[in-house]
Amino acid sequence: MENIIEVKNLVKDFNGFKAVNDISFYVKKGEVFGFLGPNGAGKSTTIRMLTTLTRPTSGQATVAGHDIVNEPANVREHIGLVAEKLILYDRLTAMENLMFFGSLYHLPKKETKDRAMKWLKILEMEKWAHKLAGTFSTGMKQRVNIARALLTEPEVMFLDEPTLGLDPQTSRSIRDFIKDLHAHSVTVILTTHIMPEADELSDNIAIIDHGKIISIDTPAGLKASIKKDNATLEDVFLQLTGRNMRDDATVHIPSARGHMFGGKSRIR
Amino acid sequence: MNNILQIFSDSFRMARKDLLDFTRDKMQLVFVIIMPIFMMIMTGFIFPTENSLKDIPLGIANQDTGQISATMVQALTQMKTSDGSHIFSVKTYTDVNSLKDAIKAQKINGGVYIANDFSQMIQQNEQASATIIPDQSNPQISQILTQLLQQVISGTSTGIAQTKVGEMLRLSGTANPQLTQLDPAAIISPVQSATDNLIPGKPNYFQFVAPGIMALIVMMSVMTGLAVSVSKEREAGTLDGLLIAPVSRLSIILGKAFSQTVRGMAQGLIVLLLAIVIFGVHVYGNWLIMIVLMFLGVFAFMGIGILVSALASAQESAMTIMMTFQFPMMFLSGTFFPIQQMPKVMQYISKVIPLTYEGTALRKVIILGAGFSSVWTEVLILFVFGAVMLAVAVPTFRRVITK
Repeated sequence: MENIIEVKNLVKDFNGFKAVNDISFYVKKGEVFGFLGPNGAGKSTTIRMLTTLTRPTSGQATVAGHDIVNEPANVREHIGLVAEKLILYDRLTAMENLMFFGSLYHLPKKETKDRAMKWLKILEMEKWAHKLAGTFSTGMKQRVNIARALLTEPEVMFLDEPTLGLDPQTSRSIRDFIKDLHAHSVTVILTTHIMPEADELSDNIAIIDHGKIISIDTPAGLKASIKKDNATLEDVFLQLTGRNMRDDATVHIPSARGHMFGGKSRIR
Repeated sequence: MNNILQIFSDSFRMARKDLLDFTRDKMQLVFVIIMPIFMMIMTGFIFPTENSLKDIPLGIANQDTGQISATMVQALTQMKTSDGSHIFSVKTYTDVNSLKDAIKAQKINGGVYIANDFSQMIQQNEQASATIIPDQSNPQISQILTQLLQQVISGTSTGIAQTKVGEMLRLSGTANPQLTQLDPAAIISPVQSATDNLIPGKPNYFQFVAPGIMALIVMMSVMTGLAVSVSKEREAGTLDGLLIAPVSRLSIILGKAFSQTVRGMAQGLIVLLLAIVIFGVHVYGNWLIMIVLMFLGVFAFMGIGILVSALASAQESAMTIMMTFQFPMMFLSGTFFPIQQMPKVMQYISKVIPLTYEGTALRKVIILGAGFSSVWTEVLILFVFGAVMLAVAVPTFRRVITK
């Protein structure tokens, strides 16, 4: 099967700190690709580079056949993003949000409306369509947020911790939803800290730490790689990345440092 | 061509979304109206004008018993403002020292001392004097007070002079009959001043501050509005949603610029409306020129707004940066105090502040009814400033927005 994402020697250097340090991997069309790693390992930076939100320092990558540095506009037409932060306007209704983002992709109004209604229905949000997003619970917001990302029916979906802070019911429904996407051969890049979630959903998993990919394999392959009976993905993860907590993060991670000076978004 | 159309239609969609978002915040909408009212009231009422002064406590120590000094005291007591209230509330004291003590105790804002030989000196054809004692702890009041007292004293003085000169003319008329034809007033004050106003009536302070506040509000809403709007989206994460959409970076900036233009113009017009309805300000100039000037103000400050929004990572820092720029502009642009009253150094600084030109041009049009030919230098300066700032800001924004 063809590769929808190809990454070669990608580096992101934040003033001397290599958040992503020479990583290479590829993702096959239609697969769910799990992207695991401790906090500050470089997952989000990689996703931001692949979604053209951050320019790489060096290296190359293509998404849906387009170079992320030279053809960012083409890349953007094929991707959907559910980031750490919700991409929704609190003072707009769910429908207004969807209509607005749809219009940025130059979809016909009618088409946008039909698709928005369809996704809201599937995500059980249709009766909230005309309520302000700011009044929703985290789970409801995340569902509208996912509807927003799917509105353009992207070939590649980037899901950065989509179940973070959600109740088990909503998490479950989002996981089912990812499976559904998979069944419709949408490529999904999924980052998560929930090991069973990654295990359940992913076809392949990359484990990243200190800006480097330390292992890529199928969940079964990863579990077989360590010497332990009935090993879980968590065992693999802890063995590969060590048990030390990343308490030095605030010193070395630019995103954390940026946060201390009043904003996280300036440097990531 | 298609590309440009696409950029514009995308930016209009962004602007529409911003305005929808803006109007949903009812609290903000309310304050958009309240803020200029506060500003007008504050600036309009706290600065003393001749009209706003009434019943100023004035001490008079008149040791003279003659008719002339009594008339002078009477004149001071009866002095009225144009709306008919007494300017002074007169208290009587016995001597200079008691006057000075009363000023120190802040019982009176100034004093007049007339010595006991006042009438006698005049009768003996010598120069008599009345002493003004100002309250130096209150420079503004004391300045006005001194002016008024000098007016009264010199008025009295002229009156006496006229009588005396008339007497002299009458006496010398027997020798030279031509002299009796002369008007003593023409000899005492050969030059009279007359006023020919550009606009009818007396402009009030509101008339002076309204154009300045309009300029100020337009500037603040564009600069702060733009920077806060971008940094808010950046903080919330919604900016990423715009950046991953297949739209040009330029349409994102333009969209923000459009929405803030609408907001700035709306706020400017609200100020004008309030000024007209509540504060009785009258627009003597052409409305179209005024609107064009406001629009130009928006254009001039757009660049700074974009630049700050590109560089500030968070709403808080955007606000702080804006305050640093805006505060000196506010006070040095001649919005509240005439630039001519500032020290020389400050006058030079005010010349490099674009807000000065926006305010001056609006004031010329609104108060003096000036046409385009009188404001074209300001128009040119604002246009060039805006164009240069945009030429710097737009590429910076495009470069910085994706790190």
